[in-house]
Amino acid sequence: MKTIKDIYENIGLPRLIIGVFFIFLVVVSIVLGFSPAALFSDVVRRWLMYGTLVLAMVPGIQSGIGLNFGVSLGISAGLLGSVFAMEISFLRNWNEVLGAGAPWLTLLLALLFGIIMAAILGTLYGLLLNRVKGSEMTVSTYVGFSVIAFMNIVWLSLAFKNGELSWPLQGQGLRNTASLSGSFGGLLSNPDVVQSTQPAWLQWLAFKIGDFTLPLGLILVFALLCFSVWLFFRSKLGIAMSGAGENQLFTTSSGIDVDRKRIQGTAISTVLGAIGIILYAQTYGFLQLYNAPLMMGFASVASILIGGASVRRAKISHVLIGTLLFQGILVTALPVVNEVIEIGTLPEVLRIIISNGIILYALSKTKGGNQ
Amino acid sequence: MSQKTDFFKKAGSFLFDNKVMIAFAAICLAAIVLSGSPMTFIVDGVFTRITRNTFTVLALIIPVLAGLGLNFGIVIGAIAAQIAVFCVVYWGLGGFGGMLLSVLIATPLAVLFGYLVGKLFNRMKGAEMIAGLILGYFADGLYQLLFLVIIGGVIPVNNPKLIISGGVGVKNTIDLTGNLKYAIDSVRMVDIVTVVFYVVLAVTLIKVILHLLKKYQLNKGDFIFFGIVGLLFGISYIPVVEKFLSTDRLILLDALTAVLIVLAILQLIKIVRSIWIDKEPLKTLVKPIVTLLVYGLIYALTFIPEIEEVLSYVKLPVLPFLLIAGLCWFNQKILSTRLGQNMRTVGQSQSVAMASGIDVDKTRVIAMIISTVLASWGQLIFLQNIGTFSTYGAHTQIAQFAIAALLVGGASVQKATNKQAIIGVILFHTLFIVAPEAGKQLFDNAQIGEYFRVFVSYGVIALSLAMHAWTQFKKEVQPPTGGADLEIPALPAVTVKQQTLK
Repeated sequence: MKTIKDIYENIGLPRLIIGVFFIFLVVVSIVLGFSPAALFSDVVRRWLMYGTLVLAMVPGIQSGIGLNFGVSLGISAGLLGSVFAMEISFLRNWNEVLGAGAPWLTLLLALLFGIIMAAILGTLYGLLLNRVKGSEMTVSTYVGFSVIAFMNIVWLSLAFKNGELSWPLQGQGLRNTASLSGSFGGLLSNPDVVQSTQPAWLQWLAFKIGDFTLPLGLILVFALLCFSVWLFFRSKLGIAMSGAGENQLFTTSSGIDVDRKRIQGTAISTVLGAIGIILYAQTYGFLQLYNAPLMMGFASVASILIGGASVRRAKISHVLIGTLLFQGILVTALPVVNEVIEIGTLPEVLRIIISNGIILYALSKTKGGNQ
Repeated sequence: MSQKTDFFKKAGSFLFDNKVMIAFAAICLAAIVLSGSPMTFIVDGVFTRITRNTFTVLALIIPVLAGLGLNFGIVIGAIAAQIAVFCVVYWGLGGFGGMLLSVLIATPLAVLFGYLVGKLFNRMKGAEMIAGLILGYFADGLYQLLFLVIIGGVIPVNNPKLIISGGVGVKNTIDLTGNLKYAIDSVRMVDIVTVVFYVVLAVTLIKVILHLLKKYQLNKGDFIFFGIVGLLFGISYIPVVEKFLSTDRLILLDALTAVLIVLAILQLIKIVRSIWIDKEPLKTLVKPIVTLLVYGLIYALTFIPEIEEVLSYVKLPVLPFLLIAGLCWFNQKILSTRLGQNMRTVGQSQSVAMASGIDVDKTRVIAMIISTVLASWGQLIFLQNIGTFSTYGAHTQIAQFAIAALLVGGASVQKATNKQAIIGVILFHTLFIVAPEAGKQLFDNAQIGEYFRVFVSYGVIALSLAMHAWTQFKKEVQPPTGGADLEIPALPAVTVKQQTLK
């Protein structure tokens, strides 16, 4: 009896409800006659699409800044890196000069730009968060909003030559959604793109097994990122960082500079946010500018909390489980709902209720304890 | 000499205390100049927006007082109002009666919601703002579930005007023209005067009866008040006055004149009192006389053609402004009640409040209930003025804009006043009106101005939250006077040491 109770306590009520709901949706959709292979391809695709953004929450939580709603900062850096890389690729005419290598170089350049900018911004952001200890979440939410609003002005003022990015006939301002089909869109995950643009020895990046699409390239990249973060938190630096997040007084007394660790944690979180949005755009096939990333921070926070993380502790397993459950529900709910009651907006409503409900639940758990 | 430095010190601290407001006023001024919009357009727009939004902004003040911070949860009050508006429109009611019914439906809902929010916030002390923000989104989700799925999906509702053609879910916008539009704005002044007279009459009668039953002591004030109201009611029957009062809009010039006359009379009463009744030295008369002169000057200014043009162009709906004035009065008066004092104590220190026997949790819940109810009324004023009810959008930005406006006025997480709320609304919405045009002139792109004002509204909240957290954090690290939190655990250790020494 005791073990069952232990397992229950380990899983926690919200995760149990959401997990059961997910399994229920999967069963219903298979009963309704949807192809399981196509369904799971979609689930895997969405899982990997959001995975890195959710992974970005781990360093933030571990270093003690809590749920990093300000990941929008990293997202903005990643988007900025992508548009710069695409513009350079267009100006240098890489597509004709380099052929199949062009999207790779664009992707790498986007990552490079994104990471550098995110590292700088993340450090500054960490400095700010050290001055507002105790209210990081409120401040970071609004810093995130402000950054997105500020970037709106930037997107509108950039004058790029690349027709994929800028509005035609205006000379100023970028599109709301820029297609990546001529660039690095689907390079790691879309079998059609891989087949048509990449040489034979790279065909393994994404292929189909029957109806099931296996984006092996993306899986490898995401696994590599997860593994690096996992490894990092086993290194000396990572352990010190977790210590800083866990118990400030103790860590200070053992000679670790807590503030420094928090800055590093924030910077890593921001960098992962930048990588995350580039991988997201790569999988999605479109670059979403303007207000599209406004609530992405909330979705990431909700995902890791569903995975079982708390405001103080997070693990890679929380990222994997949480993203799978959250995105899985959203993917499977849509066809099921359409079949049963024909209300297309219901999954969106579900998303809002689940994501904010779980954040609220996690907040009440942590703050309820220390009244 | 010392007076001079004193003056500079005062001016300096005034500038420092109002830095947010002054900086924002400068931005507004620059944007007005840049936009080159006619003043009639700007002033008219600002007053329209004051009518719509001030009530909601004022609803934020009580939670700040009670230490709950900026109440992002007012979204839930707005949701209560919108459910009521939907019901009233669905039943085909309208006019002032329909509005009263909306209030009757919205208020109990808001009380219930406010109670639940208050209970939740008591579980999350110290994280009310982030909780309120998330709660707003969460409530929005439930609201969408109600309006998109349950109405039509579970509850059969048959009304092609309101329901999406499939039969499930409410349409994106509901037109309020012909039912609730201007239901509050278009109440005639003469009706207001009549209602006020009968209410005062009833109250006075009750007082007289109570006096006869020896349960209440009538005093001179009661009669004077009744006399004044009765006199005003009598005046309203003079044909000229009656014609003037039988409209629902007041020209700004007339409103300004009326306000100046009332203020001048008050000052005159003060002067008369201090000379003949209190017999104070003449020196104390300087201030009231200067104030009178200033009023005179302001009135003289209205004769400048440009200003006169603007003032006689703008028309104010009377009842919303009276309601706003009433709420200001309420916010002020509640401070001197027992409840208000309790809220203040709770806001300053929960442990002190607890020690002096105040039920902290209950006081916080009451503050939340009041704020939620006021926010729902504010949303009703907003909707009836704007005339179209955007079903899924009307409430989403309300907390955001109201809080930004309050902060622009110079309020902080811990301190907010009526004055700051009103100044904030004026400044914030001035920027809202002129920013697109200014952006067009400056960058040749109106959209930039529009994004700029959104950036400002987020940025000002981020900045003031960060500044607040920064000062709080500094206080915790370096306790200014001993630091009660740090000393309490240290005390037993000292006593133990002393005991062992003995």
